[in-house]
Amino acid sequence: MKSQKTKKTIKTIKIDVDKCNGCRACEMICSAFHAEPKYSSNNPARSRIRIIREPLRDLYIPVYAGEYAVAECAGRDKYTIDGKEYDECSFCRASCPSRDEFKEPDSGLPLKCDMCEGEQEPLCVKWCMHDALLLEEREEEVDEPEPEDEQEELEIGLEALADKYGLEKVKDAMARISKKD
Amino acid sequence: MRYAETGFNLEVDLTRGNIEKVATDPKDTELYLGGLGTNAKILWDRVPPEVEAFSPENLLIFAAGLLCGTPAIGCNRTIVTTISPQTKLMAFSMMGGFLAPELKYAGYDKVILRGKSPSLVYLWINNDKVEIRDAAHLKGKGAIETAEIIRKELKQPKAQVAAIGMAGENRVFYASIEQGRSSASRGGIGAVMGDKGVKAIVVRGTQDINVAQPEAFMELTNEVMDYIQFRNDNPIPGVMPILAGLGSPQEMKVHDEKWHTENFNWGNSRTRRKGFWTDEIALEWMETLDNARTRLISCYNCPMTCGATISMPGLPTYMMKCFTKLTYTMAAYSDLDFGLRIAQRATEYGLDGFSAPQVMAFALELLENGILTDDDFPEMPADTEGRFYYLLDKIVRREGIGDILANGTYWAAKEIGNGAEDYAHNNIKKHEQLPLKLSMLNPIYYLMYCTGEKINITQIEGQFPQAPYPKKEHREAFVKDWHQVPDDKFKQYFVDWNPRGENSMPFYPTVDMCCDIVDWQEMMHYIDDALGQCAGLSSFPLKPPYHIHNYPKFISAGAGIEMDEDSLSKAAKRYRTLVRAINIRRGMRRKDETPPENHWKKRFPELEKELLDTYYKFKGWNHDGIPTKASLHELGLDYVGEDFVKRGILTVNEDVPSEEATA
Ligand code: SF4
Ligand code: SF4
Ligand code: SF4
Repeated sequence: MKSQKTKKTIKTIKIDVDKCNGCRACEMICSAFHAEPKYSSNNPARSRIRIIREPLRDLYIPVYAGEYAVAECAGRDKYTIDGKEYDECSFCRASCPSRDEFKEPDSGLPLKCDMCEGEQEPLCVKWCMHDALLLEEREEEVDEPEPEDEQEELEIGLEALADKYGLEKVKDAMARISKKD
Repeated sequence: MRYAETGFNLEVDLTRGNIEKVATDPKDTELYLGGLGTNAKILWDRVPPEVEAFSPENLLIFAAGLLCGTPAIGCNRTIVTTISPQTKLMAFSMMGGFLAPELKYAGYDKVILRGKSPSLVYLWINNDKVEIRDAAHLKGKGAIETAEIIRKELKQPKAQVAAIGMAGENRVFYASIEQGRSSASRGGIGAVMGDKGVKAIVVRGTQDINVAQPEAFMELTNEVMDYIQFRNDNPIPGVMPILAGLGSPQEMKVHDEKWHTENFNWGNSRTRRKGFWTDEIALEWMETLDNARTRLISCYNCPMTCGATISMPGLPTYMMKCFTKLTYTMAAYSDLDFGLRIAQRATEYGLDGFSAPQVMAFALELLENGILTDDDFPEMPADTEGRFYYLLDKIVRREGIGDILANGTYWAAKEIGNGAEDYAHNNIKKHEQLPLKLSMLNPIYYLMYCTGEKINITQIEGQFPQAPYPKKEHREAFVKDWHQVPDDKFKQYFVDWNPRGENSMPFYPTVDMCCDIVDWQEMMHYIDDALGQCAGLSSFPLKPPYHIHNYPKFISAGAGIEMDEDSLSKAAKRYRTLVRAINIRRGMRRKDETPPENHWKKRFPELEKELLDTYYKFKGWNHDGIPTKASLHELGLDYVGEDFVKRGILTVNEDVPSEEATA
């Protein structure tokens, strides 16, 4: 893989937790957009954005799915902001073994926000009519190898399956599947 | 594959502790849609009129509307249906929030409870795993508190909880079911839940909900979103603020309460206080609300933020919406600070915010007038506010006089006797109404008050403006982009409507026009209640995003059922008639269909009779309000007609048995 200078658009979603009303429209539409075929079903448990919503403590945190983590981390954070105490891991984007967030409910495969590839605007931003989520774009020159997206995705998926079921079982299953074909 | 719905109900026999997942008949969805419609069918089939509210044979049904869990914005209603202990008729209160979509994602359209649990339990539905769990440790706990405890003990922060408080446990006839920011309050359904020994229903679901035609469905949904944006940017001019925009009445946002405080009645729906709303009070109430309100919050998949979290200094946080903001305040002749404080306790107890304050004001009126005496209220404080807290506690515990008051003003008055009936003056069909007394008969509202079977005016009104604009040019401007009307004639009705002189109330809109208008308004509410759509984006406000022209498309694209305006109107008429049939079988007749006698000062008995006669005929009901065999046949409800004949409600050849013809 050779390294090269590329122009890249950096997309930032600005999250204003003060504007979030906890409606979870963002979760719903994210899962619908990623359904196969598109919009044929929805299921917030498959969403790549999660609302941590605790009305009685006035906690509303939209969190985006980030990288997959093989193991849970030993050192965790617990924030207090404006007198409100947030639970451990509240702001973490990782799909990690310590929690159910950002995993497909049945397979356990990790989920990651892809900024709604191919859409004009991330769907969650569009559906958040209160502007708790806003998109900001800027161009940057980056020095970066072309990522081999698909391969990477495949490996992450397999790794997660191996973590969940054990490598041997996954191997067995793969062997069985190849025989069927 | 089933679309929009899951195709399964959860049947729970509480007596035996038996739980079953039962597939439903897709044919029923075509005929009765879902939510209220299919609830009515189940109630008709399985709860005969001899079954009383607190009988193990009574059912308590929690239904997610047909389109709940799809991307349809604001479609999140749980329709709770049972027999009401207060009215002894069908109760079908609804709540927004998050429960209905969660139930769909868990794989069920309805939870149907029957029997009675021998001890207090809660139901834990986690996708395919469903358990009845002990709730002994939750006895006497507040409804909001209960939800928190359960989420913690199950380690399920995302589970949705609908719970009762002490009022439901003690079968108070106006006990509610509370669900975070929402509640199903009318008709005493919380009492039925308590009677069944169920403290809470807890749901977590992580499965898919499908739609039949994804592209078409998303296009419709996007149109709704754009129209909401348009309406938010363009409030209706010339009407009071809570009618100008969309959503449930935006009581949590509005500071200016001049209209409510000066037009609605205080105390036991007695006193109108003109000139109450001074600058000083406006400032004081604004401060109270601003300090109490932490955040405006929405229901599932809705941008309208009609609710709020309320934190009164020194009290636990709770959530509120709509008019409960003022009902305690006004019943006690107090201020907003008091209203928001006592509502916290009443919410934990789980009480209907309309009925409860009126019952308390009614009790104090009886005391004032010597019908009850000090002996009935041992150790009651001297100040009105203290008395309200005192009564609240007595009622939810059913202690002393509270035991009688817990049955609502109608039944309490009967039991107390001695002229107490005159003080239970604000009921329809034994159920407390909005504290509103007006001067001249409004023919549209007359029909709605008489025939509304949800027995709450807010659940039948909407769409058509409550009053005409003074100037014709304004009325013409209003109808220009009024595409929600089912027929253009409604535009003409409105344009020709004058506040005074020719074409003014009570003789205009004419009787026939009133029938059209009321029928349309009611139909939209019934459609909402089957689909699970919040009235706040549909049947309640002026110019809503959902209407009779896009609903059939939503149903076709969502549920995959062929539907056009005619077939949808017919389906709505079908289950609306079935609701009436259930109530007719329980004894409801024309004599029960009347507004509180003092609702209007100026009445027009002849006109009123003509209105009701004509409307009954228009609806396909006979002189006594009973659906005729012909109209039942047309709706495919012959089984209802046969049952009516068997029970002697209708005769074989004529529709009205001779002895009832003159009722
Ligand atoms: S759509 Fe916006 S307001 Fe609603 S939960 Fe998501 S971030 Fe919050
Ligand atoms: S940007 Fe797209 S993929 Fe990412 S969370 Fe939002 S809707 Fe989901
Ligand atoms: S309009 Fe208001 S009450 Fe209705 S669903 Fe939306 S937030 Fe809830």
